[in-house]
Amino acid sequence: MRTTFWPDRSKVLWSVVGWLVVIAFFFPVLWMWLEGLKTEPQAASSPPTIFFAPTLAEFQEVLSGDFPPYFINSAIASVGSTLLVLVLGLPAAYALSIRPVAKSRDVLFFFISTRFLPFAASLVPLYLLARDLQLLDNIFTLVLIYTTINLPLGVWLLRSFLLEIPHDLFEAARVDGAAFRHEIFRIVVPLIAPGLAATSLICLIFSWNEFFYAVNFTASTAATAPLFLVSFISGRGLFYAKLAAAATLASLPVLMAGWIAQKQLIRGLTMGAVK
Amino acid sequence: MKNTSEFLPRSVVRSGGARRSAASVVSREAWALRLPLLPAFVYVFLVTQIPFVLTVYYSFFSWNLLKEGSFQFAGLDNYATLLTNESIRTAVLNTVILTLFVIAISVVIGLAVAMLLNSEIFGKGLMRTLMIAPFLIMPTAGALIWKDTLLNPLFGLLPYLLTPLGLSRVDWVNQFPMATVVAVEVWRWTPFMMLIILAGLQSQNPEILEAARVDGANALQSFRRITLPLVRPFIELGALLGSLFVVQTYDSIFMLTYGGPGEDTTNIPFLLYLVAFQGYSIGQASAIGVVAVIITIIVATFALRTLFSIFQVEARR
Repeated sequence: MRTTFWPDRSKVLWSVVGWLVVIAFFFPVLWMWLEGLKTEPQAASSPPTIFFAPTLAEFQEVLSGDFPPYFINSAIASVGSTLLVLVLGLPAAYALSIRPVAKSRDVLFFFISTRFLPFAASLVPLYLLARDLQLLDNIFTLVLIYTTINLPLGVWLLRSFLLEIPHDLFEAARVDGAAFRHEIFRIVVPLIAPGLAATSLICLIFSWNEFFYAVNFTASTAATAPLFLVSFISGRGLFYAKLAAAATLASLPVLMAGWIAQKQLIRGLTMGAVK
Repeated sequence: MKNTSEFLPRSVVRSGGARRSAASVVSREAWALRLPLLPAFVYVFLVTQIPFVLTVYYSFFSWNLLKEGSFQFAGLDNYATLLTNESIRTAVLNTVILTLFVIAISVVIGLAVAMLLNSEIFGKGLMRTLMIAPFLIMPTAGALIWKDTLLNPLFGLLPYLLTPLGLSRVDWVNQFPMATVVAVEVWRWTPFMMLIILAGLQSQNPEILEAARVDGANALQSFRRITLPLVRPFIELGALLGSLFVVQTYDSIFMLTYGGPGEDTTNIPFLLYLVAFQGYSIGQASAIGVVAVIITIIVATFALRTLFSIFQVEARR
């Protein structure tokens, strides 16, 4: 047992090294926040303004301007697709774990291979189909596409949580004559609440931040938050403070969700492989 | 037909109960098991497999959406174009370079940070929280912040801070486009690697390291002989999942360089975007899709097997 008041020197040294690295990685995020709190002249000054009186003016400008519809579209696409993933994914995960179908392994393999199929594989026909059905620039189309993207991850992740439920619980329920619906709602859902949270978090991250389909399948009415940011690259003058405020707001939901559900993040990202 | 009983009214089936074959019972049970799986399976099948068949079909046609009536059978013309076209080779090369560098660098930094966060230092919880932020930030937002407020040669913070080194007027995005894209992607993926490797390190029994230290092993020896073999599957998993995502990089290229200058940072997804949504060449884009899928299948047959074996190891724990 160490009895001296001062910690040993190597602990201090490695703490300093560690903090320098972490600050380097976190700095762009901090800088984004700071830039959003500046006025436009402060944000586009040379040399850069380091000390300034923070103002929420640009945040107010973004929120009172044309940003909210983009934000709402992102929310609809993310929440809608996440709910669909849970509704479709939970029964599928059940059929691949609790009472597994024949060739479960092949089915799992199939699911995950679709997640990592390049979007080039299905992009053109999906685009043409959406065009012919007048579903381009429709938020419903994005909901369906994000469901496709996230469902394989959802099935794998939910399955990894289902595998942890003691099998006896199901045996007992089956003796009582419980139907599938009851098994799901009485046993599965309460026990894998953390699994549902992890799955929702991962679906939220991927669908909220998705850009490829958002930029190519929407134009104006269904455009999501990342597309609001695209309007800043065309270089219509210098709007760095407004850009930073918009970037901060657009990133906020996922950042908050990720920070709150840190414990679920790692498991979700590895589809349940790492706990 | 052995399933006939399923299509008959219940009373008929019941009356012939004695003759009900074992096979039909088994198959009915099998379908009962499959039922919960079907909605998800059918959905994914419809949205991914059918379109892929159509992609293959379109790849044999010359078809430009901007030209009325241009839909014509073209045989292997689209593929011949791909073979002779510089663009696709550049895009494949750029994709490989981007993926290799991003994964290699973020694994190394991620491993170092994970080891720091696994040692006895101050404020680990807060460090971990701050460290994962770059991964959570919207990639389009992150790329814009880098480009306009950090790297901008006139107003950016980095050129200003690098003035003492004589790098004050370097236009990073235009002079070193690929390096910039790699750097921004490394910034984003290092936290991902760190999280996975840290989970591996935390599954390590500290008593083993302590025993090695008592036995006279130095830090480097215990790292190479004990820590590295232990976290190896975690590094493999991180590198594998990471590369499957990085291969598809599109957002940061769109925001930082728009594939340029020239084609210097055009990767396969970005080329596809240019051909399909800027050129509206449906046939050509479909051929790129087919080639991308073939490449992915070759890589993935190997990669997904590895992934599966990692999961099997995990499951046995």
